[in-house]
Amino acid sequence: MLDVTDATFDAEVLGSEIPVVVDFWAPWCGPCRMVAPVLEELSKTYDGRVKIVKVNADENPRLTGDYGVVSIPTLNIYAGGELVQSTIGARPKAAIAEQIEGVLATA
Amino acid sequence: MNQQDTVRDLVIVGSGPAGYTAAIYAARAGLAPLIVAGSVTAGGALMNTTEVENFPGFPDGIQGPELMENLRKQAERFGAEVLWDDAVSLQLDGPVKTVEVSGGETFQARAVIISTGSAYRELGLDDEKRLSGRGVSWCATCDGFFFRDQEIIVVGGGDSAVEEATFLTRFGKRVTMVHRRDQLRASKIMADRAANDPKIEFAWNSEVVAIHGDEKVTGVTLRDTVTGEEREHPATGVFVAIGHVPRTELLVGQLDLDESGYVSVVGRSTHTDLTGVFACGDVVDHTYRQAITAAGSGCSAALDAQHYLASLGDAVDPIPPTEAPALTLEA
Repeated sequence: MLDVTDATFDAEVLGSEIPVVVDFWAPWCGPCRMVAPVLEELSKTYDGRVKIVKVNADENPRLTGDYGVVSIPTLNIYAGGELVQSTIGARPKAAIAEQIEGVLATA
Repeated sequence: MNQQDTVRDLVIVGSGPAGYTAAIYAARAGLAPLIVAGSVTAGGALMNTTEVENFPGFPDGIQGPELMENLRKQAERFGAEVLWDDAVSLQLDGPVKTVEVSGGETFQARAVIISTGSAYRELGLDDEKRLSGRGVSWCATCDGFFFRDQEIIVVGGGDSAVEEATFLTRFGKRVTMVHRRDQLRASKIMADRAANDPKIEFAWNSEVVAIHGDEKVTGVTLRDTVTGEEREHPATGVFVAIGHVPRTELLVGQLDLDESGYVSVVGRSTHTDLTGVFACGDVVDHTYRQAITAAGSGCSAALDAQHYLASLGDAVDPIPPTEAPALTLEA
């Protein structure tokens, strides 16, 4: 999964042609470690239709500040440069997939 | 729906200390158990902790996630199979039980061990859900970082609450423990740790009755449990550590649960009211709820299951002949 930073976010996420799932995470966060492999799998499932990237919350204070992230993992989905969905916590794979399908259906 | 043809001896649902210990014992007994570990809950409650100081055998302590990783490897070493998916339905009566996972696959087994653990208890306030992820949190190790130099409250008075509060002093300007009673319920070593921490203050005989904030938490209303008086308390971080509720949503209507919703077991065993179904760990235990007691009961469950399976011997053919898959003869 691509690492996105304060510097590359605008181009990689807001400027993306397809919807982007952004995983705000940090190395010390247990649930983040648990959700990471699930996102890795989903990024293969949705390859070409949805981009899944991660932002290290520890190293990218501008992004976490701008998007008011105070709980991780936070999954934000962006489509057409806009934040369209935001959820927190490590949720089951099926729930994340359903959320992605929802965004794809309206994109 | 994919139907697996084989009927296994044992499926274990849940992968905390109870589930993995059951898997270690069952695997060593040659039962080749399948562990339905959960897609994101694998490892259980210890995945959200940092240092575990009281698990025997680790004189210098061990990180919770590392301990769980070790238990998993130990189970796999003896032939346990770990599936990173969530059970979505269980069919537990009859001689062959069925476990369905979110991917649609089903697994059949003669015995099932339930070790689904517990989930965080919520305060039950109107604004709690709306403000979760906006200042209300159940995981200090995940979210404490975002509350540097801010006012934090921790709700609760047990060991977990003290652990959260102590951890949060690394970040917060001040950490106030809000507790319904006039002393902590935590063990002495933990209570002393909190009492001696200059950054921790206490709001005794207090409960949170409201959480305020539009986009983010700005404060809470506390009610004095003795006088009933209400007062405002500023806070941008509200960490909830008021205990747990058993994760039994897949069991309701099938297994006998006690009045608090925990799985009932027979005496000191792990037998539930259904033959061939065993339960262990936090989904059973509302008294001790420690990693080591969960592990111990996981061991008991594996031994009970092993004994049960041995008692079946070859007497029971788990697949009725009419449903048995047709044999294909290859040249």
